[in-house]
Amino acid sequence: MTTEAIGTLLRPLTKTLGRDWAGKSLQWLTALAALLIVAMVAVILGHIAWFGAPTLTWEFLSTAPRQGMTAGGIFPAIFGTAALVIIMVVALIPFGVGAAIYLHEYARPDAWFTRAIRFSVNNLAGVPSIVFGLFGLGFFIQFLGRNIDRAMGLDVVWGQPALIWAALTLALLNLPVVIVTAEEALRTVPREMREASLALGATRWQTIRNVLLPQAMPGILTGAILSVARGAGEVAPILFTGAAYYLPYLPTRPTDQFMELGYHIYVLSTQSPDIDATKPLLYGTVMVLLLLTMLLNLTAILLRSRMRARLAGRT
Amino acid sequence: MAPSSGSTVAAVAAPLPRAEFQPGALAPYTGAARRRSRRVREAVIAGVLRVCAFSAVAGLLLIVVFVLREAMPVLFDAATRKEASLRAYFATSMWQPVGDIPKYGILPLLVGTLKVVVAAMTFAIPVGVMAAVFASEFAPARIREMLKPAVEMLAGIPSVVLGFFALIVMASWVQSVTGAHSRLNAVNAGLALGLGIIPTIFTVSEDALRAVPRSYREASLALGASRWATAWHVTLPAAGAGVAAGILLGLARAVGETMIVLMASGNAAIVSGDLLDSVRTLSASIAAELAEVVVGSPHYSTLFFLGAVLFAATFIINVFAGLFVERLRKRLAGA
Repeated sequence: MTTEAIGTLLRPLTKTLGRDWAGKSLQWLTALAALLIVAMVAVILGHIAWFGAPTLTWEFLSTAPRQGMTAGGIFPAIFGTAALVIIMVVALIPFGVGAAIYLHEYARPDAWFTRAIRFSVNNLAGVPSIVFGLFGLGFFIQFLGRNIDRAMGLDVVWGQPALIWAALTLALLNLPVVIVTAEEALRTVPREMREASLALGATRWQTIRNVLLPQAMPGILTGAILSVARGAGEVAPILFTGAAYYLPYLPTRPTDQFMELGYHIYVLSTQSPDIDATKPLLYGTVMVLLLLTMLLNLTAILLRSRMRARLAGRT
Repeated sequence: MAPSSGSTVAAVAAPLPRAEFQPGALAPYTGAARRRSRRVREAVIAGVLRVCAFSAVAGLLLIVVFVLREAMPVLFDAATRKEASLRAYFATSMWQPVGDIPKYGILPLLVGTLKVVVAAMTFAIPVGVMAAVFASEFAPARIREMLKPAVEMLAGIPSVVLGFFALIVMASWVQSVTGAHSRLNAVNAGLALGLGIIPTIFTVSEDALRAVPRSYREASLALGASRWATAWHVTLPAAGAGVAAGILLGLARAVGETMIVLMASGNAAIVSGDLLDSVRTLSASIAAELAEVVVGSPHYSTLFFLGAVLFAATFIINVFAGLFVERLRKRLAGA
């Protein structure tokens, strides 16, 4: 077939598209890419909801696994995840918010110290999560834990994988998330409010505690929620720092190991002796984790968009 | 304990003697002393906040120091170096760390990582960048408002869930389309990994495109250029550094991402050019093997060494991404 013949055949098509038919079709291609993303999200979430929903019963949520994890529920994993993220947030928020306050209220933007902090925050956010796991093992367990044991004359209590070390590893992983969101929140507080407070004779700290922090609270909350959502979903950092394959008891001390939802998904989908018997439980677990992270993310998105609207409305 | 605390409460609750007001009694609360104590408190708080901010620097330094500390034997310890050293890593092309004669050839892991990353980027760059162009240049506001939450939801899906989906569901689809021998292969892992990094590429690119001043587009359209020509020849080049930064950030994530490849790639350490072979990546090797190794053994040190390599690679990519962001900021600030 010659080029002319193809041209004749395509005439009706090029005519409807007009002179710039190449541009128009490329424009449609970009729309297709966007549609592809939406479709993939819909397929993944839809598939999991479809197969996961039947498993979601009160019994599934409130009992422990039975029969080599082919029956029963996932309560220990939910409990472990909750304990993990609570310890993480408690350790994380003071540092993250403190750092954000320092960066936004105290630091001189061009000082080398400030630049070093910003550089670290940016690059900390890019460190692969598995490297955080290595760090947790190398620093918290092999170094810190071992030395605590030696100092207290204990056998091996702290120098082994534990809830506290996994939580602290995740706290460092999420530090950039909290710093960035808290700083963004501080930016939404109008300058005039600071000036008014300082003009009334309040000190810098009084201004921060009584004016800035209450105003920035939605943003700080957003950061906390985002970090919890991310912390609940990350598996690589806790692989060697505390997550357990199966535990017959719930963790009660910081040095206990724990079961966790994400890790449970990994275990069920790769190490099950009987994948067909496990599948309903697997889908159920995935659904619980997804619901948890999606709800948290949604809350964070709503809080943040309200905050941004306020920022936009001001200028 | 109980009785003594009870007596404390009683002591506090007892009526205090009524104090006569004495001139000067309030002295500590006014004037110079008060100002001094206030100044001290302010300084202490500033110091504490400074320490909090320093925690980010300290965290990054500690990661470097302690990952390297555990990897050091590979470079300096004679006993470890008999089995695992830089030379041993390239002396063989077999990765068999467990066995009578362990072999630590890292070539299959490097090839595996490369193949998965190539597959992921081939999928994620066009989709992510084109969707970003659509969102910032062509989409009506209403559609954009629907697209962005969808991307945020994708970003919110934990990587273990994407890994699960690739392993249980997607692998069968991919196999039936490609006819691959192994159900789990580089293409399957790459597609799932691509899904994981599309939000990064999309978000950073879209921000950059939206930061291009309106006047650029208006000038181009006024000269008679079509909307596509404007996007392709004007907006995209103007935001080029930002798009490049988004791609680099996505690349760094793809190189370091663990759970998706661990679950979806099959984890066979083979050196081959075929994307449909099962592959084992650096990150997946660490994740799969570290829990079972003896602390301090050559294998243990080797896995930390691989971690250090991953850290260095992603760090360098991220620094470059940062430079691109900086360049975009300067360029648009000058406009």
